[in-house]
Amino acid sequence: MHTPVHEGLFTLDPPALLGALCGECGHHSFPRLAHCPYCGCENVDPVTLSDHGTLWGWTEVTTAPPGYEGVVPFGFGVVELPEGLRIVTRLTSPTATYEYGLAMRLQIVDLGDGVVTWEFTPETGRGV
Amino acid sequence: MTGVEIAGVGLHPFGRFDGVSVTDMGVTAVKAALAEAAIPRGGFQAAFCGTAYAGVAAGHKVLGALALTGMPIVNVEAGCASGGAALQLAMGAIQAGQYESVLVFGMEKMPKGIIRSTFFEPWREQAGLAVTPAYFALRAQRLMRESGITKNQLADVVVKNRKHGVHNPDAMFRKEVTAQEVLDSRLVCDPLHLFMLCSPNEGAAAVVLRRAPADGTARVTLASAVLRSHLPGSVLGEATPLSGIDDSSIPPPTTLAANAAFEEAGVGPDDLDIVECQDTDAARELLAWEELGLCASGDQARVLADGDATFGGRRPVNVSGGLLSKGEPLGASALGQVVELVRQLRGEAGVRQVAGARVGLAHTVGRGANACVTIIKA
Repeated sequence: MHTPVHEGLFTLDPPALLGALCGECGHHSFPRLAHCPYCGCENVDPVTLSDHGTLWGWTEVTTAPPGYEGVVPFGFGVVELPEGLRIVTRLTSPTATYEYGLAMRLQIVDLGDGVVTWEFTPETGRGV
Repeated sequence: MTGVEIAGVGLHPFGRFDGVSVTDMGVTAVKAALAEAAIPRGGFQAAFCGTAYAGVAAGHKVLGALALTGMPIVNVEAGCASGGAALQLAMGAIQAGQYESVLVFGMEKMPKGIIRSTFFEPWREQAGLAVTPAYFALRAQRLMRESGITKNQLADVVVKNRKHGVHNPDAMFRKEVTAQEVLDSRLVCDPLHLFMLCSPNEGAAAVVLRRAPADGTARVTLASAVLRSHLPGSVLGEATPLSGIDDSSIPPPTTLAANAAFEEAGVGPDDLDIVECQDTDAARELLAWEELGLCASGDQARVLADGDATFGGRRPVNVSGGLLSKGEPLGASALGQVVELVRQLRGEAGVRQVAGARVGLAHTVGRGANACVTIIKA
């Protein structure tokens, strides 16, 4: 049994982030909200975001932060999707060999006790 | 426009003070500022208190302890810029003719370690997506990629500010460090090592503002105090969203605040003699330089190497030691910078006095996003 860490953010099978596309200003956004975070209009359509992108920023969290009970270290960074949207995300650890522009793919990761969230990991055959 | 005089300043040192409450620290700073301004009981008509962690009616507790209540007391939360937000409200009220004299203060008693913020929903902490120093690290990495800054240069920022802090009796860390010691300190979130990050801590600061005398005898005046929030888009901005877009043409809140503050004060970056800016981490200071217009993007390495930002240089930055030496009590942070600038502009800064300082700028930016820029003139 897998429980998403929060409802409405992603699907488990296939792994996908649930975003929105604004019918007024044309920006994609995540998470999905009632109003476009860029122009404030309500003309937003639900979309499933790309499950892959390129690495835009990465670091490693080495000490458990407040309110977090999962494993450390874990990767943390930003992946840029083909839509032009930059997603804040966990990354597969270790991140030592990561480089800017590395091809990344979305997957689901267990935080413990069956609670799951999303993370990005290098495409098969690359990195790590 | 009505001129606003800074009539008095007060500080409770920044550091760790077991057994001293946040209210006690506020009382210390407020008493000192009121004494300097020679304000009698009943001599100010409003008080604005900046704090993020001190809880409900924190300002009322401080003024209650001094039997100085009765006037409006407004508690203001704007993250790291809480004190700047309080200052902007007080300045505007005097300019509008609402009050003659206003007390502004801020204080904090932060828990040790990574700052925990109610800003983040619990699920985001649970998922590991609410780690403040990790955000700082990504911002540092981006600065290194886009401006050619090296890790050694991040260490040089720490060396500079810690060297300054040696001469500030109100700072938490008063020992110089070498670049090697910085690079040898524990790696918190690559590329940031422990010594490159400021310590959340405790402290208080207070400022008394009043309508400047018409005869121009005010010794130090508040030329502008501007608070701005963020525009949407920057994934690494202090608004800490879960996503963002290309932000190359989106001005950050610091730039929004700085542009407005320069315009209101009638000065530009080249007119500044001294700057106190947000150095929550070493990269944040370098980013602030370009966001404030102190140097062009990519020019930070040259400024560092030339010593322009070091005491004795063309325009020293964080002569107080910055947050890297003082630590960061959020609500007191921005007002602590103002206290430093006022002492500098009065020529009362002792061994760290910047000779002939006439115009100073203070900057903080943090959660919200909130950025404040204050310009002070002698």
